[in-house]
Amino acid sequence: MSTGFQRTRTGRTMLRVDAMEKTVLVSLAEQMIAFVAPTQAAASGDPLAAIVGIDEVAETPSDPALARMFPAAYRDDDEAAGDFRRFTERDLRALKIANASKVAGCLERSGEKLVLTGDEALCWLGFLNDTRIAIGTRLEITEANHDELAELPVEDPRAGLFDVYDWLTFLQDSLVQLELESD
Amino acid sequence: MSVAPAEVQRPLLEEDLDRPWITIVWNDPINLMSYVTYVFMTYFKYDRAKAELLMMDVHERGKAVVSNGTREEMERDVTALHSYGLWATLQKDD
Repeated sequence: MSTGFQRTRTGRTMLRVDAMEKTVLVSLAEQMIAFVAPTQAAASGDPLAAIVGIDEVAETPSDPALARMFPAAYRDDDEAAGDFRRFTERDLRALKIANASKVAGCLERSGEKLVLTGDEALCWLGFLNDTRIAIGTRLEITEANHDELAELPVEDPRAGLFDVYDWLTFLQDSLVQLELESD
Repeated sequence: MSVAPAEVQRPLLEEDLDRPWITIVWNDPINLMSYVTYVFMTYFKYDRAKAELLMMDVHERGKAVVSNGTREEMERDVTALHSYGLWATLQKDD
């Protein structure tokens, strides 16, 4: 188990990962990039609208994890929610892809010791949050079933995924604590 | 001495009648309490005590009003909160 994010003497953010953890993180970053890539329907829309970042598709994604990552901004007004989505969702997807790409880049250039700049640390923070939302939604995590999921037998297919989720939670919290200290 | 620009009579816009709108953050079982506090401090520049109070409201009551203003301002806040991964909505304050 890694020690989580730590502050170096020079004020940078540091994380030690073993080879296995690195492999998992690289794979998660790659999966995240593919997962949040704009849908075919949105991508094939009006090229001019695409240039200015407006999408034609304005429905809440049907995948529960994507629906949680790209939530409706208005609860009781579908038209306003659709307009909001047309103007914002493309940028939001691009941000998540940029964060995951930055994380993958940091892992590729480093060995088992990652030293991050302040901006890179924020990309990691966003990426860890996105990944936890994606996995947590898949596991249908609630505040009530957390302990139950933690005690799944090894042969349960969800057990491995929950271990990853739990580890990402630990990593994210250690990074948040560093950011809170530096505020 | 400079000449002040002529006062332009601007028609009353819908926005002027629109105040106030509110931004609500909803509880979800995944976002960390520490992270939600961090977002409130970082984005809204709330101090730690206020950020933690709002975070506890979200956690215990299921939601909290985190900001208010014009519809445009609230759309900006919701966009930012979505970029942090929080579940935020805006609505007219009734």
